[in-house]
Amino acid sequence: MYPCIVENLMVKFEDLGGKYCLGIESSADDFGVGVVDFTGEILANQSDSYIPIEGGIHPREAARHHADVADSVLGQALSKAALKAKELTCIAFSQGPGLGPSLRTGATIARALAAYLEIPLVGVNHSIAHIEIGKLKSGAKDPLTLYVSGGNTLVTAYALGRYRIFGETLDIALGNCLDVFGRKAGLKGKKGLPVGAAIEQLAHNSQHLVTLPYVVKGMDLSLSGLLTAATTVLQNQVCPSKSSCQDTCRLEDVCYSLQEHAFSMVTEVTERALVHTEKKELLLTGGVAANKRLQSMMAFIAKEHDAQFNVVPQQYATDNGAMIAWTGTLAYRYGLVIPIAESMVKRRWRVDKVDVPWIQ
Amino acid sequence: MDTVDKIPQIRLLKKGAEASLFRTQWCGRDVVVKVRIPKKYRPVVLDQQIRNYRTVHEPQLMHDAKVSGVPTPLIYLINVPESTIIMQYIKGQPVKSQLNKLDKLNRHISCVQIGESIACLHRHGLIHGDLTTSNMIQAISGRIYFIDFGLGEKNMELEAQGVDLHLFKRALQSTHFEFWEDCFTSVMYGYASIRGVQMTQKVYEKIRQIEKRGRYVEERRP
Repeated sequence: MYPCIVENLMVKFEDLGGKYCLGIESSADDFGVGVVDFTGEILANQSDSYIPIEGGIHPREAARHHADVADSVLGQALSKAALKAKELTCIAFSQGPGLGPSLRTGATIARALAAYLEIPLVGVNHSIAHIEIGKLKSGAKDPLTLYVSGGNTLVTAYALGRYRIFGETLDIALGNCLDVFGRKAGLKGKKGLPVGAAIEQLAHNSQHLVTLPYVVKGMDLSLSGLLTAATTVLQNQVCPSKSSCQDTCRLEDVCYSLQEHAFSMVTEVTERALVHTEKKELLLTGGVAANKRLQSMMAFIAKEHDAQFNVVPQQYATDNGAMIAWTGTLAYRYGLVIPIAESMVKRRWRVDKVDVPWIQ
Repeated sequence: MDTVDKIPQIRLLKKGAEASLFRTQWCGRDVVVKVRIPKKYRPVVLDQQIRNYRTVHEPQLMHDAKVSGVPTPLIYLINVPESTIIMQYIKGQPVKSQLNKLDKLNRHISCVQIGESIACLHRHGLIHGDLTTSNMIQAISGRIYFIDFGLGEKNMELEAQGVDLHLFKRALQSTHFEFWEDCFTSVMYGYASIRGVQMTQKVYEKIRQIEKRGRYVEERRP
């Protein structure tokens, strides 16, 4: 056994050079490996995505894909970083939340590497990694964060040792809502881009708003009714009786309306949380953060409340290994390493269950 | 905004997420003017719908809440086209800032009162929709006034009541994390004193169900 949870592991800032962390991300459809040095420089960020033949992510097939590509992605990352495996200081992996089979594949690889290289293993919360990479890349110190992706929609901010959840979806995630709608509409994401990008493209060609459900409950929101209603409008090709239009509506119109309703809802809850927490920075992160329309809405409310608006750069918006590696370095510096025997994945690992001692 | 511009000696009390609150004198009364400002980030049609709906429904719910026994400010004037409501000014402090200053006993007393009020609302089929400690004002008399019914609705269903209390629990967890458990226990104690133990148990069960529906809750499945 390697020495785990060493009390005096806290590394001073001056000693950060020459230390590297390799992070493995495999919570859903992306298998990513990132290499980061302890000062926050990203040396490599390689990934390979599982593309379903039809429908959404099949957990077993995704896990199989990850196992198939792991070897080559790892090799690419190390050669891109120009490092030998022996030079690594620690191995970080995405321990949760996510799809069980996918998570377990990444975890197995991480455990094997840590055991073989005899270096510590760090379990990283995937959601926190999204926030931390956003902070690293945008320079935000203490932001209110809107994290929107295929599996998550939450509004969170740091308070007393942990990220606290102020608002979240009561049912499906924003990315999930867009994905399912896109698939039902027969849309396909082009070249590694998610279906959401296709919806965004189509929405540009419409100004015709169809009334759909708008469900905000305090700082929480619900998107499942919106998805059902949008799908129904799409199937019938006719506007619901409530709205004022009489003619049929095109796919573009439904895409536009879906986006406007869904984004207005998340923007409203984020604005509410921004006022409630009185934070002076706003960070948009996660896969859906790449959407320009959502960015402009967020920028608007940030300006309204004198907060600085930050958005994660596109290459770090979707799931990636670099964010896991970077959060791994933060955790490692505070001695948060885990023995292999206790490194089982946590499929439902909420953000507010994780201590984040690196924030003061 | 015309209404606001016409009133002399008006000053901004609070810029909320959804509306701005102004304080002024109006017909010899101390009043708050609540203006739902157009939100430019969302389409005009949608924005208009939301603001109109909430401007009409909020005063109705506040009135109904008062009938049910919950202290709320008096409504003086409603202007739907300008989405403006003029209501009574309540002198006091938001519970959000008060709660942390109180000792254990007084915190319990306040939370029981909050619980009783929520129970009164629910008993009359009213859902507040945004129960947080920032939306409650402790007047000098000690009474706790409920404000901001903009997200409220009339609903008798157990589900809606569960969600309402679940949201309040979450608000306590994120804002008063040091002692939220004590607070919530006191709230439920007050709730039970109005609605009875049996009904409270049903609602409590519902809250547990709603929590388990949430994302990444460990005990969701066996």
